[in-house]
Formats: sequence, structure tokens, C-alpha cells
Amino acid sequence: METLTYFLPQVWFVVLALFLLLYVMLDGFDLGVGILSLTSKDEERRGILMTSLSNIWDANETWLVLMGGGLFGAFPLAYGTILNALYIPIFVMIFGFIFRAVAFEFRELSNRKFFWNFAFGAGSFVAALGQGFALGAVLKGIAVDETGHFIGTSWDWLSWQSVLVALTLIQAYVLIGSTYLVWKTTGELQTTHYKTAKIAALTTLIGAIFITISTPIFYESARTRLFQQPLVYIFAVIPILGVLLIWQLLKSLNRQEERAPFLWTILLFVLTFLGLGLIVFPYIIPVKITIYEASADPSSLVIMIIFIGFLIPVMLFYNLYQYIVFRGKVTGGHYEG
Amino acid sequence: MEFLSDSVVLSRMQFALTALFHMLWPVLTTGMGIYLVIVEGVWLKTRNPDYYLHARFWSKFYVLNFGIGVATGIPMEFQFGTNWSRFSEAAGNFFGSVIGFEASWAFMLEAAFLGIMLFGWERVNPIIHYVSTILVAVGANLSTLWILTANSWMQTPAGGELVNGKFIVHDYFAAIANPFMKNSVLHMFFATLETSLFVIGGISAWYILNRRHEAFFSKSLKIALAAAIAVAPLQIYIGHLSGEQVYHYQPSKLAAMEAQWETTPAGQSADWSLLAIPNDKAQKNDWEITVPNALGYILEFKQKLTYPVRGLSEWKPEDRPHMIGLIYYAFRIMIGIGFFFAGLMLLSVLQWLRGKLSAENIAQQRWLMRAWVFAAPLGYIAVDSGWIVRCVGRQPWIVYGQIRTVDGASNIPASNVLVSLTSFAVVYSILFVGVLYFGSRIIRRGPNLELPVPGIEPDRPAVDTTPAEFVPDERPVEAQQ
Repeated sequence: METLTYFLPQVWFVVLALFLLLYVMLDGFDLGVGILSLTSKDEERRGILMTSLSNIWDANETWLVLMGGGLFGAFPLAYGTILNALYIPIFVMIFGFIFRAVAFEFRELSNRKFFWNFAFGAGSFVAALGQGFALGAVLKGIAVDETGHFIGTSWDWLSWQSVLVALTLIQAYVLIGSTYLVWKTTGELQTTHYKTAKIAALTTLIGAIFITISTPIFYESARTRLFQQPLVYIFAVIPILGVLLIWQLLKSLNRQEERAPFLWTILLFVLTFLGLGLIVFPYIIPVKITIYEASADPSSLVIMIIFIGFLIPVMLFYNLYQYIVFRGKVTGGHYEG
Repeated sequence: MEFLSDSVVLSRMQFALTALFHMLWPVLTTGMGIYLVIVEGVWLKTRNPDYYLHARFWSKFYVLNFGIGVATGIPMEFQFGTNWSRFSEAAGNFFGSVIGFEASWAFMLEAAFLGIMLFGWERVNPIIHYVSTILVAVGANLSTLWILTANSWMQTPAGGELVNGKFIVHDYFAAIANPFMKNSVLHMFFATLETSLFVIGGISAWYILNRRHEAFFSKSLKIALAAAIAVAPLQIYIGHLSGEQVYHYQPSKLAAMEAQWETTPAGQSADWSLLAIPNDKAQKNDWEITVPNALGYILEFKQKLTYPVRGLSEWKPEDRPHMIGLIYYAFRIMIGIGFFFAGLMLLSVLQWLRGKLSAENIAQQRWLMRAWVFAAPLGYIAVDSGWIVRCVGRQPWIVYGQIRTVDGASNIPASNVLVSLTSFAVVYSILFVGVLYFGSRIIRRGPNLELPVPGIEPDRPAVDTTPAEFVPDERPVEAQQ
């Protein structure tokens, strides 16, 4: 029983991290494409950008809904406290989502596309901004009392660190969005996004360097965590691997490879995520409440493994299946057979 | 304007607004999902291209509704944390995991196969496409199952107990199969189906009235009517069963639904209030029309009550629901619409049996068609009214008899909620106008009956063998439908 109370929350921590990682990668490129659409000048291009997402954006967004539901069930205290603390960034994200989602349907039916183009691009940007602030605030830590209830103010999430995280996340989304478009498009559009990918790779790198350096300097909890044995070796390897991956990414962009940039970017996301996960663990409400304190009853966690856990491979399978169905380049607003 | 500084009241208003608005969209997609399964199945069986074109035409409404359903659904999930964090913590053991089931069983299934259903006609073979359509419908209806399970548990919590303010689950399956669960799921399932049938029938009737594609739309109208023969009466029956359960499990809600202020003991008969002006402060109805001795017939099909009907004055004001007038009239509106649907169904079936609904004659049935057009929006009103009865009538409890609504709220300044509430009001108004505008545009444009039917080689004689000049279709894929 004793092992169960440790093991089950750890399982759910990993599962939720997986959901969040899938979300950040998949909806990440959706949001990145949305942000990039703000810079695109002609209507045809925007049509292609939106078509490249039309069949997948809602499935991608569903990973966040799944992560939310899983967090609610597995760590109810964390769900309540974190969302309570992040009231403003969460609603910023939600309103961004609303505009992005309706833009897909309304733009299609509208004669005056200008407004819905803007809703799509700005909605994506605002949603990414909200997520960045939320992520930054969680990494910095949320003010709670002994029972884990939020005791801060509603503007606690805003700090120069969270601004830095938000800006970097947006760059990362632009990067993965660009490499996705390199994969899915041809011609002039592809050429443009080789360029945006390169720029975004560099800006993401700069952001990542700032975050990596500032985190151990300004956060005591992160510092103790980083220099713990044997984690210190892992944390030493992660930045080196990261630089190597960016090097490979830039090389593949220079060679005008079509799929490799996207795959290198995915690996970068996975690596970053691993690093963040290791810094945060075992806290679910950094830096005070651990997964063991915030978790639901073991019986609930077991039931959730049965009802949700076993569906994970099934969900992955049919998501993959639809990527296979819609493989190929997007040209002129529809898929090439 | 005292409520403007009360974050709990504002959070309740925000939840009510976002829930009532969100509800409008999945109602159509869940019900219409089943309809699309039917028409595509008929097409595969008969290979009559009309049914293929029906599938393509109605799925335009599906996708419009789906996008807004997703967009407005996300705020519902997140609000449990942002505005009701104490409830999330207290009820998370059960309620939170059910929300997780909904995402993993239902949303992902629907979202993943929707792409294939909408854009995959040319990419997968008809059987895989049909399986996708079925899975989309299954996904949509599974979300009815889980969300109604979660909400029913808030009405009749079972399977555990409250320990130190936290709900501890002893028996998971008893919590899932809580007393309200089965009837609530069925009632909502038939509500989505019935609303969709009358929307489809109503839009079809509009075309018939306007003499556009009468033969084509008499088909969709008849499918809707044929399904309504079963659905409309069954819904009234399940509604009655739900009412009986409220009588047993939530006496304070029943008292509010019927505006009963004084208790009627078991073994006596009570008057049924048909119309009233309930007065919360004076604890009586200022004015009412009653039907003598009818309440027993309504609740139990007999005059004398087996159990007492407890009156609202039995509870202290802080222990019973308020806004009695809202609950009372929302309940009557829902029931009125349910019976109107059943009546319209009967009348239409009568005309059908008399042969008046054939493709040639149907356009002469002008009043009947007008009644169907009139019925199109009513399902939505009934559904929202039902949710008002269910959730306003549950007050002052967030989990009936266990956790009070005020104790479930987050620690947030009222100004934050005021800003988000106002933003929702503005944004949702824009969406509402947008859907009406673009939906009516889909209707005005009408179906594209020229659409090539996949999987079937045209058996036209090969007169013209020289290939025509290839002109690529540059429009986005949806516009080609």
C-alpha cells in the first residue's frame, strides 16, 4: 500500500506530462502556423495555411482538454489551485482559442475574410501568450498555504521571468509551425518558411539560453534541484544536447530537407520537456505541494488508469491514422492525393 | 448592484451564461451525428445519390456547430478550476476523473474522425468513411454519457461520503450509476436527438415552403419525422420518470418546479399550479391558476399522494432554491415544447398516412410546413430550460445536500470575474450573430446537387471521349462540396 501511494501519483505525473508534451508539440505547430499567418500577405497563402490545419486542429487541442481532465481527476488540489492562481492567463488563452476555432468555420463562409484571418492569427498568438505566462508562473512557483490553497494575488503570474518564458514559447511555436509548413507545403511558401524556421530557431535558442542561465541564479529551489546527485549529470547533458539538436536543425534547413527540420524540432521539444519535468518533479504545485500531497485517492488513480490509461495507445493509434490519411502536401487550399 | 462585488454570484452567472450558450452547439452535433449515420447508411445500401448529397449537405451544419461547440466547451472544463477550485478539490476524486473519461473516451474519438468524415470522402474507401461517421457519432454521444453522469452525481451523490470536506469514493461504480444517472443520460440523449430532428425537419420544411428541391427535402423531412414517431413520445415518458425521481430525491427542487409553498402530507391530494406568480419574500404565490387535485395524477397517475409533497416554506430560506419563478416557468416551457413536438409529430404522421407528404403534394401542406419551421429553434429553448430547472433548482447546493455552492468557489477578486463575464457576454453575442448569419447563408445557398458521388463510375454512354481541359479547382476544400 505504501508503495502504491508513491507509485500511482508518479504514474499520473508521467501520463499528464505525456499529454502536455503531445499538446505542446501538436497544437504548438497549429498555434505557430496561426501566428505565422499574421505575416502572410495574400489570401491564397492564408488559405493554404488554414487548410493544412483544418482536419487536425481540434484533435490537437483535445490533448489539452485531456490533460486538464486528467489533472482534475488525478490531482484535484493542483487543478483547483493552479487554475485559481492563473485566472487571467487562462482566460486570455481561452478567448484566444475561441477566436481561433470560430475563424476556421466563419472564414470559410465569409466574403470579407479580413476579420476572420485576423481572428485566426491573433487568436493563436493570444492563446500562446496565455500559455506562456501560465507556464512561466508555474515554473516560478505559486503562493499557497500549508493546505495547498492559493493565497497570492491575481497578478502574481506576471513577472519578468514569465514574460521571458512566454516570449520563448511563442518563438518555439513559430519554429515548430515553420518546420511543419516546410513539410506540408511546396514552392514559394516553403521557401518563406525555411527562412522563418531559421530565424525562429535562433530566437528560441536565445530565449532558452536566458532561461537556462537565469533559472538556477534566481530560484533557490531550482538550484538545489539542479545540483542534486545524480541529476546534475542529466542537467549538464541537456543543454549540450539542445545545442547539438539546434545545430542539426539549422543544418537540415540549410540543406533544404523537407521532413528532418520538423523531426529535429520535435526532439528539441521532447528534450526541453524532459528538462522541465525533472526540475519540477515531484512538485505539482511548485514549489510547495508535491504530487503525493495533491493526488486523488489511490482507488481513483487506479480507476483512471483503467478508464484512461488503456485508451492512450488507442488514441495515439487513431490520431496517427488520420495523419496518414491526410499525408501529402497542401497546395491551393486542398490536399494533394 | 450589490452582486457586482460578489465573486460567487458573478461566477455563478458566468457558469450559467457559458453553460447555456455552450449547450446549444453539442445538442445539434450529437443528435445530427446519428442522423448522418442513418443517411450515409441508406446511401451505402441503396446507392441513391440523394442520400449521399444529404450527408454532405447536413454535415455543413455539423462542422459549423462543432467548431463553436469546441470553442465554448473549453471554458466549461477550465472554469471548474478557475472559479470553483474548492469544489474541484472536494469533488475531484470522482468528478474530476469523469471529466477525464469524457476527454479520453469521447472528445478525442470525435475530433480525430471528424477530419476523415468531413474531408476524407476522396481519401478513404466508403466503408472506412462510414466507420468514421459512426465513430464521430459514438464519440459525441459518449460525451453525453459522461457529462450527464458527472452532473447526475452532483444531483444525487452516491458511492462514497464526505470526509473533512473531501468526497471519498468507496464504490466507484455506485458513484457512476448514481440514482439520477440512467434517466438523465437518456433524457439528454433524446433531447439532442429530438432537437436535431426538428432542426433538420424545420430547415427541410423551409425549402419545401420556398419551392426549392421539394423532392430532395421531403426525404430528409420524412426521415426526421419517422425518427420523431419514436423519439417524441419516449422523451415525454423519460421526462416523467425524471420528474418522479426529483420528487423522491430532491424535494426542494420539486417544490420550486411546482411553486408549492406548503407541504401536502401523504395520502392527500394536491392542486397543480398551471400558472402562477411566485413571491419569494412572502413565501406564497401572489396569483395563480390551479387545476384541483391534479398534482397526484401528474406525479403518480393517481389522485392521492403516496409520499408527501414538501412545500418550500419547510426549509429555511438559506436551505432552499431561490428564483422560484425562473425554475417554475423554465419547467413549464420545457414541458410545453415536448408536447408541442409530440403533437406536431402526430399531425404530420396523419398527413403522411393520408398521402399528403409525397414529393408532389408536400408543398401544399403550407401550415404544416410553417409549423415545422416554427419548431426548429424550440428544441434549444427546451434544452436550456431543462438545464435551468436542473441546476438552479439544485441550489443552494453544488453537490446536493453535501457541498454548498458558496463553499465550492475560488479565491478570486470579483473584478476579475466581472471582466471575464463581460467578455464572455460580448464574445458570445458576436458568435451567436455570426452563427445565425452564416447558418442562414448555408441555408440560402442550398445543397450542391451537382457534387460528384464517390465510388461509382458514371454509367453515362461514352459519347464525348476527348478529355476536357483540366481546370484545377482552386477553392478551399469545403467550398467544393
